[in-house]
Amino acid sequence: MTSLYEEVRGDNSEEVPTRVVTVRVNGVSVSAKVEPRLLLAHFIRQGLRLTGTHVGCDSSNCGACTVLLDGQPVKSCSMFAVQADGHEVMTVEGLSSASELHPIQEGFKDEHGLQCGYCTPGMMLTAKALLDENLNPTEDEIRWALSGNLCRCTGYQNIVKAVLWAAEKMRAQAGK
Amino acid sequence: MSLDEIKIGGLGASRKRVEDNRFIRGKGNYVDDVVLPGMLHMEILRSPLAHARIKSIDVSAAWQIPGVRLVLTGEMMAARNLAWMPTLSYDTQAVLATDKVRFQGQEVACVIADDPYIAKDGCEAIVVEYEPLPPIVNPMQALAPGAPLIRDDKENQKDNVVFDWQVGDKAATDAAFAKADKVSKIELHYPRSHPSPIEPCGSIADFDRSTSKLTVYMTTQAPHIIRAAVALVAELPEHMIRIISPDLGGGFGNKVPVYPGYVVSILASILLERPVKWIEDKTGNLISTGFGRDVYLKGELALRKDGKILAVRMHTDSDHGAFFSDAQPSKFKIGLMHSAFACYDIPAAHLTARGTYSNKAPGGVAYRCSFRVTEAMFFQERMVQAAADDLGMDQAEFRRVNLVRDDDFPHRTAFGFLTDSGQYAKCLDIGLEAIGYKDFQKQKEEARKRGRLLGIGISTMTEPLGAGNSREYDILGIKMFDSAELRVHMTGKAILRTGARTQGQGHETTWAQIVAHELGLPADDIVVEEGDTDTAPFGMGTYASRSTPVAGAAVAMVSRKIRAKARKIAAHLLEVSEEDVEWELGRFYVRSAPTRGVTIQDCAFAAYTNMPDGLEPGLENVSYYDPPNLTWPFACYIATVEVDPQTGVWDVLKVVAVDDCGVRINPMIVEGQIMGGLTEAYAMASMQFITFDAEGNCVGSNYLDYLLPTAWETPGFELHEVVTPCPHHPIGAKGIGECATVGGPAAFVNAVMDALKDSGVRNIDMPLLPDRVYQALTSKKDVSGAPPVKTDD
Repeated sequence: MTSLYEEVRGDNSEEVPTRVVTVRVNGVSVSAKVEPRLLLAHFIRQGLRLTGTHVGCDSSNCGACTVLLDGQPVKSCSMFAVQADGHEVMTVEGLSSASELHPIQEGFKDEHGLQCGYCTPGMMLTAKALLDENLNPTEDEIRWALSGNLCRCTGYQNIVKAVLWAAEKMRAQAGK
Repeated sequence: MSLDEIKIGGLGASRKRVEDNRFIRGKGNYVDDVVLPGMLHMEILRSPLAHARIKSIDVSAAWQIPGVRLVLTGEMMAARNLAWMPTLSYDTQAVLATDKVRFQGQEVACVIADDPYIAKDGCEAIVVEYEPLPPIVNPMQALAPGAPLIRDDKENQKDNVVFDWQVGDKAATDAAFAKADKVSKIELHYPRSHPSPIEPCGSIADFDRSTSKLTVYMTTQAPHIIRAAVALVAELPEHMIRIISPDLGGGFGNKVPVYPGYVVSILASILLERPVKWIEDKTGNLISTGFGRDVYLKGELALRKDGKILAVRMHTDSDHGAFFSDAQPSKFKIGLMHSAFACYDIPAAHLTARGTYSNKAPGGVAYRCSFRVTEAMFFQERMVQAAADDLGMDQAEFRRVNLVRDDDFPHRTAFGFLTDSGQYAKCLDIGLEAIGYKDFQKQKEEARKRGRLLGIGISTMTEPLGAGNSREYDILGIKMFDSAELRVHMTGKAILRTGARTQGQGHETTWAQIVAHELGLPADDIVVEEGDTDTAPFGMGTYASRSTPVAGAAVAMVSRKIRAKARKIAAHLLEVSEEDVEWELGRFYVRSAPTRGVTIQDCAFAAYTNMPDGLEPGLENVSYYDPPNLTWPFACYIATVEVDPQTGVWDVLKVVAVDDCGVRINPMIVEGQIMGGLTEAYAMASMQFITFDAEGNCVGSNYLDYLLPTAWETPGFELHEVVTPCPHHPIGAKGIGECATVGGPAAFVNAVMDALKDSGVRNIDMPLLPDRVYQALTSKKDVSGAPPVKTDD
């Protein structure tokens, strides 16, 4: 792929400095020519058309743009795409396979852990990072882990339940 | 055999949400997710000053930037008669400033470019020369003699007063106060807040010259109102305007008004003949779009010594910002403030309300509330607590003495509303039992020994949800009814469309449940679609908890029309007369031979394949529902808190919510709404407010300064229910979405005030930040949030 917004960019695009980045996104390696100032969130959304990563606050507070960078949750609105060069990114689209939902996704639906759905991808990825490290979290540990992600609809109680639901299923799957 | 209604996902089923299937996969379709071929991007240049005359705007450098396609200023808008637009409250609002800027963040110019980064570069290249003017940041300044005139653009505007309004019976109220054993007085400020959905506002305007059709994707809770507004403002024919409200990342009232960004993106698309996308950033959203609250109250209760409230007197001063663009019914200048005290039996009441302009963002929207009901109920419950304290009466007992009794319905409130049903005392009792009211005094004493102050706060209220009825409720003259259209296909599957617009409330799930209840079609067989004005029937949209009361009622009514037609088809299929046909869920049968029957699906198939003579083919209909009254849910919220007197920090110990919203369509979703509402109540009580410094700078222009509670701070909630079906709603349901936001804040504040009672402190204005609580405890004086008290900036 080539630079973003190419479809509508005029003849002047050559003047813009660009860098080539190679990122493994949801298991697939992608390369693109990008402006150094391009935010990772926009690279994912506009460049790769993975629009499950949402932009909420532009200041790394709301966490709607959370993706996993090498397994760790990061706010993709406050990172440049070039900083992800050579790294692995997981977005919400990488959580489930074509046929099977991730237990966290199932948990969010089952426990009514979402309403408008805007914060949900970031919430689920943050929860994944937690459960990858701790399959048996307490309610307090879940609340603390999610405290970088804002939700305006649910009041969090059902989100906590959703993560507990997922943890239980993941424990069962892992035979723990 | 009748169907099992819960199994088919009917009324009362906690059916899992169908919309979740796309949201959990990241496959929602929000405005910013929409990409159209050839789409350009727009950014807005905003005023850094709260009040200033524009001396000059130099856009030449912006035009020089490669990739910039268009730069628009107020002057260019004015040339097309679009520099100003009408508001939802019969005022005018600047689209792009021409003469002056009137609040920080006001839209001054727009740049349309190949990508949003270039558009932002363009905005930075614009040079605006301002001549600063003295700003006004509160009603007291606005009303002061010699105050600068904010709206000098309006011919007959000689001062900063927007309205001066009153309601109630002044003479009867004065007489009751003259006879009172005691008068309890309190002054309160409900601070300015912002609904702040995580998704900001945005639009994509796409004008097609070849067809003259304008399609606009827009973050709007009320697409049909927007279509009407665009038709009027842009003078485009209404049938050539299509407003599509895709998935909304929350609304809470913020996405009701028409914002300048929408209008400019439309003009830009018309001029450039290309799609133009505008996506607001968070700061733009917080400093320029519809806020909530910002009302000052002087309240008085006339009391008899046995605790009976004889009369209520209220005066409010509300700050409406630079333009009166409140979203509320035309008839009521301060919204439904006069719904205050509706749950209490009070003989007389009088409210005076004055609104003023200021150099702050415009748009007092119903932030998760029905037209300023949140302020009404907060003021009410703070006044009630203060009165109970003044009389030395137990706060629960004081409420019990004054609550409307179950056998007093229908009840005319002191301000003239008609409430129709409720079991108020029962809700209160359940709440008191659940919180452990009896034992709380003992806990309080024990905590005192540990150096901690415990407090318990109650809030009981009924509020008017579901505007309107068309006699009393309209926006810009458009009556507040709503609609539903149901098409049953020949295989018994169906599509339902309504004039509402879900933003997380789960309409795609719950509307199908109403149809399932009325027709016996499994909910999974019904797809629900909203938000496209080309396909949905006209409706006033979703806000003020009106969807279930109005559009939800229309869903039931249109289902009944379908059932009536299906009955004729059933009679034909069963070869009996219509009078001999009986209905049970999902099936018509012959009265004298109950085993002989046809299913609703059989009737649907016959509607396309085997119609009776003289009956129109097909099985579809539409209902426009004009409710006879508002619905009146009741709630009792009780919170207990523990205050650390060393720091002023307070923790919530327990929250109990008892909600009576009538029949619950989907209990799981109802509880989700209540918990979300309680969280916003806690937010406003504890941390969430937008304030301004003396220069009119918005303090709270981003999420670093505007604090929203996270999972860590937010307490857990214990929910209880009472069900008093609404007597006039077709399925007995009432609104619920906002109840906890409306009634909740007073429970938290009353709890902290209860903890501080012995210190002689009577009031701390919200939010109850630790420094305010600490200041109150150490000074033993009230803490006002009103200027000149400095806030935590």
